Amino acid sequence: MSEVRKTRAEQAKEKKAAFGSDVDLLKYQLLSNHQSDPLELDPLTNEDRVKIIQSGIDLDGQDKAGTFFQTDHRIVHCSAKQPGLEVLPTAQALAEYPWLEELYWQAVPVDADKYTAQAELHFQNGYFIRALEGQRVTTPIQACLYMKHDNTAQNVHNIVIAEEGSELNIITGCATAPSLQSGIHIGISEFYVKRGAKLSFTMIHDWAEEVMVRPRSGIIVEEDGLFLSNYVSLRPVRSLQMYPTTRLIGSGAVARFHSILLAPPGCELDTGARVVLEASHTRAEIVSRTITTGGVIKARGHLVGLKPNVKAHLECHGLILADEGIIHAIPELEGHKSGVEMSHEAAVGKIAEEEIEYLMARGLTEEEATAAIVRGFLNVQIEGLPPELQAKVDEAIEESEKSML
Amino acid sequence: MLEINDLWVDINGKEVLKGVNLTIPAGETHILFGKNGSGKSSLLMTIMGFRRYKVRQGRISFKGVDITKLPIHERAKMGIGMAFQRPPSIRGVKTREVFNVCNIHSVSCDELADKFNFSGLLERELNVGFSGGEMKKSELLQLLLQDPDLVMLDEPESGVDLENLQVLGKAMNKLLEKYLWRTRAKSGLVISHLGFILNYIEADAGYVLLDGRIHCHGNPRELFKGIQRHGYQECVSCQR
Ligand SMILES: Nc1ncnc2c1ncn2[C@@H]1O[C@H](COP(=O)(O)OP(=O)(O)OP(=O)(O)O)[C@@H](O)[C@H]1O
Ligand SMILES: [Mg+2]
Repeated sequence: MSEVRKTRAEQAKEKKAAFGSDVDLLKYQLLSNHQSDPLELDPLTNEDRVKIIQSGIDLDGQDKAGTFFQTDHRIVHCSAKQPGLEVLPTAQALAEYPWLEELYWQAVPVDADKYTAQAELHFQNGYFIRALEGQRVTTPIQACLYMKHDNTAQNVHNIVIAEEGSELNIITGCATAPSLQSGIHIGISEFYVKRGAKLSFTMIHDWAEEVMVRPRSGIIVEEDGLFLSNYVSLRPVRSLQMYPTTRLIGSGAVARFHSILLAPPGCELDTGARVVLEASHTRAEIVSRTITTGGVIKARGHLVGLKPNVKAHLECHGLILADEGIIHAIPELEGHKSGVEMSHEAAVGKIAEEEIEYLMARGLTEEEATAAIVRGFLNVQIEGLPPELQAKVDEAIEESEKSML
Repeated sequence: MLEINDLWVDINGKEVLKGVNLTIPAGETHILFGKNGSGKSSLLMTIMGFRRYKVRQGRISFKGVDITKLPIHERAKMGIGMAFQRPPSIRGVKTREVFNVCNIHSVSCDELADKFNFSGLLERELNVGFSGGEMKKSELLQLLLQDPDLVMLDEPESGVDLENLQVLGKAMNKLLEKYLWRTRAKSGLVISHLGFILNYIEADAGYVLLDGRIHCHGNPRELFKGIQRHGYQECVSCQR
């Protein structure tokens, strides 16, 4: 099985991705455990700590059910504090659980493109998080993927499993060391939400100006399962492209995606979510709020209704705060049966002058009025998200407002 | 309090005010009548300072200061406040937030909302899905919090039911602080089609705006009776 996979990956090594600018992977160094690594003894500096905290991670992990921390290719910390919860490096999980082979690369094709291929051929661990059957782990689990070594590639493969009737709430922060200028992060993430399980996944990205980011995620939700994704990227990054696919395969399955994106000048974000409603009575919602202050954003969304009695909505709202910025909303609806109910709503533009002036008539300056409207625009309350994670998202937004206006 | 001299205003290249002259002394409330599209809202928006309304000629002064070129928020800070005919909906911004901005005397917004049966709306996004009457109420409550010296009301009574009309009428009266035994300091400029407002506030003068010009300066009740009887046509020939 793994041989077949390797062969498929080899064949896809040169395969360009369907979207996003092409990255020359040869430009980046590949670290491995066998190499002597001058950073091995280098602990986190204070600056590292600040960056990590900004991406929503608590370094002491006191009030978390589990913590996973990987710097470049090395696991720095990995623990689960609650019975029924497992947090392991992916390599260890693969070694311990032969059954995992069956799921490995099932939600994301290994030969999707050169990035998935590289993640298979130059595997550098990642996390495995699992809640056992019926275990409701309501306290969040945190995972951090940190890049410290300049001009390298980080290729991780994460697997998250919420077994039947379980619950998992994960917050992941991805960030780079202040000294790092360029690099590429390739993250494969596979999510398996079993019958009646709930999985919320909140991801806050804080990359550097020259970093390329190519996450490749796949989600499979069974009967009555719930998957919530919450993605925040408000800091500069050179290029980010991702378009995860979710399959709702059991009746009553629900997926909700929320993303909040900011593109400063020089930044290119091509993101979206695709949900395939493969069973009746499934529901999906994709909401994005994007702002450009000079960068380029493609906000995609694709809903595919294959069975009757499915309901889905797509919403892309974009604000252009600088004339050099571009927001391109690309919502797609694809219904295959008459009983599908799918809709979309997209709006791109600048803040209505009328709204700014109205608030000015109440006494706010133009800047204050703009800030209030931008804050309101980004303020999406995510239904079902634990309040402490919502607070993390709100914090990240507040932090970025200062630099935005 | 407010003095306007020979005001000419364009919007999108269309002339909407053509030489308006108008004076509102401190303590007086004036009523502005006029046909749809005659430029009434444009006059208020220009006094407030909305940038779409381009002043081609003339001058607006408030409390003795030339404000013709001042930005909106500075006019607001000086004491000009306005209830809009059609306020915008602002997604994501809670009504409470806007109330807090207006609240210069730090009174309790909850108590105020409670008194006006508005509590349920405080946590909603401003004007998003508000009914016509709810918007009018929201506008008046914001002005109560702002407590301006020049109160401009653009059709505050249209779309308001009879029960709420009484409640809002009292609010307007309070805004303009009409007490018979003492002189008012506040001034008002109020646009009305239906004249209901005359039952709630003591107006000192009225005029009719027709095609960007002011006609028929006079007693507001008599003026309104005249309009009811003869329509606006009479005002064209009236030289007052
Ligand atoms: N943005 C605009 N572009 C072009 N014309 C405009 C614009 N805004 C207003 N006007 C025009 O200016 C004129 C005056 O409008 P205004 O809103 O001041 O009228 P009004 O007297 O308040 O009418 P109503 O009683 O219907 O509220 C109208 O003919 C209107 O169509
Ligand atoms: Mg009007």
